[in-house]
Amino acid sequence: MIVAERKPLEEIEAELKGFKKVLIVGCGTCVTVCMAGGEKEVGVLASMLRMRAKMRGEALEVVEATVQRQCDREYVAPIAQLAEGCDAILSMACGVGVNYATEVVRSPVVLPALNTRFFGANVDEGVWAVRCAGCGDCLLAKTGGICPIARCAKSLLNGPCGGSQDGKCEVSPDVECAWQLIYDRMAALGRLDKLEEIEPPKDWSRGRDGGPGKVVREDATKI
Amino acid sequence: MKSGSNLERVLESGAFTVTAELGPPKSAHAPSVRKKADLLKGQVDAANITDNQTAIVRMSSIAAARLALDQGVEPVMQMTCRDRNRIAIQSDLLGAYALGIRNILCLSGDHQKFGNHPQAKNVFDLDSIQLVGMVKAMRDEGLFQCGEEIRNTKKAPLAPPKMLIGAAANPFGDPFPFRVIRLAKKAQAGADFIQTQPVFDLERFKMWMTAVRDRGLHEQTAILAGVMPVKSWKALAYMDKNVPGIRIPAPLIERMKGAEDGEAEGVKLCVETMQQLREVEGVRGIHIMAVEWEAIVPEVVSQAGLLPRPVIPKAEAKEGEEGAKPKKEKASQAAD
Repeated sequence: MIVAERKPLEEIEAELKGFKKVLIVGCGTCVTVCMAGGEKEVGVLASMLRMRAKMRGEALEVVEATVQRQCDREYVAPIAQLAEGCDAILSMACGVGVNYATEVVRSPVVLPALNTRFFGANVDEGVWAVRCAGCGDCLLAKTGGICPIARCAKSLLNGPCGGSQDGKCEVSPDVECAWQLIYDRMAALGRLDKLEEIEPPKDWSRGRDGGPGKVVREDATKI
Repeated sequence: MKSGSNLERVLESGAFTVTAELGPPKSAHAPSVRKKADLLKGQVDAANITDNQTAIVRMSSIAAARLALDQGVEPVMQMTCRDRNRIAIQSDLLGAYALGIRNILCLSGDHQKFGNHPQAKNVFDLDSIQLVGMVKAMRDEGLFQCGEEIRNTKKAPLAPPKMLIGAAANPFGDPFPFRVIRLAKKAQAGADFIQTQPVFDLERFKMWMTAVRDRGLHEQTAILAGVMPVKSWKALAYMDKNVPGIRIPAPLIERMKGAEDGEAEGVKLCVETMQQLREVEGVRGIHIMAVEWEAIVPEVVSQAGLLPRPVIPKAEAKEGEEGAKPKKEKASQAAD
């Protein structure tokens, strides 16, 4: 899923400064699962913003809603109706949702309530960790399913670097060295010989570095 | 000769080779570099010019390397993958060669979180092994990483940067069994010489060298063992905690703690280590990392019995090679 975290309240309030009626719209998919922007979180944020505004003696009306997801037109379009009369929309979706709601719902302005972090998995209760970097040229078949682009701090393809110690990355004792994980996995698979091959420089143009991405399925486009 | 550098000639001669580190200043102050170079002149076969070590901004390696060269000290330009993509790296290699630099050490680079600009975007377009391969292809095949020839025009001669290629090795990192495979990859990619992280744990280093010799890697690439003279036990404790890839055995910290004169004990420890390393089969030389203490290098090299450094004359350059005597021009031959 796309993993995100709510922005600090002060930052959200700074974004909302001057707006009197705000629609907070949550998303029922990724950010619900990582407990950042689902229906529950919309409710909590709405209450807090109302309460704090009241304590400051400011008038702030907050409308709450949650849609299935904010990356598909059929679910985003109705937000326009929900936002009627509001002077701002505070989206609790990931960055994709904020962008897409902006282009589908032309008015009012759409503001982000979350900081989108990464593509990751729920690795433990209350813990989400990055697992994919969206490089556009997946090499997981070569590394036993463990991504060195996302999980190695230096995205090495012929790792580890000299900073790997006790299975930890040099950037933090809380971060596992991806190449230690890859080594262990390939050893368990009896495929260590694969790691002796030199991986050549990556074609980064398949991902972000190639420019803003677009995927078109000819078989699915309108006739 | 791959590069014709002094370092290459000394290694080829079979002499026990000595390199040291020269850290550029955290400013644009050129005399600082010249002063450090003067300290090392004649004491080493080549001096590594670090590249924003620990991700702290310093004068660039290429500039400081040229300043060192002007003082009569042959530089080993260090280059990391952290701050530059393949375009900038190749560009710098062309420039470095044009400035007279003939040795390069290819590194991944410390993560920017260690430095003074942790908010910077890192690059890591390549890793150190890909970098070694790229420099080798430039040198031996005259090709850029994209496959194009390194020449000005279709009719112009190839003019590639011909560097002696080095890489780093960490005998103390994990996973231990994989460390030697990684060295093998570096040798395979084209590393002519290897400089290791400083040796404090001699036993672990010997274990690593045994594995290295078992694979014949000591013959494929020249291994220079790293040493680091320290002034105090605090320096050791700091490194143990903060510098990636370095681990200090507790007895050494205790030894330094117990010493009356920290600097003298640090020198003694370094010299002892150098002498022990000289006895390890497959070790072709020493790389001295006297961080911010370049002044101590002459004493350490001298006490270890490694002076004077050999002077090996350049072979007469062949016709057409750089430095060759010009051909007698025929009257009818027009200049290109």
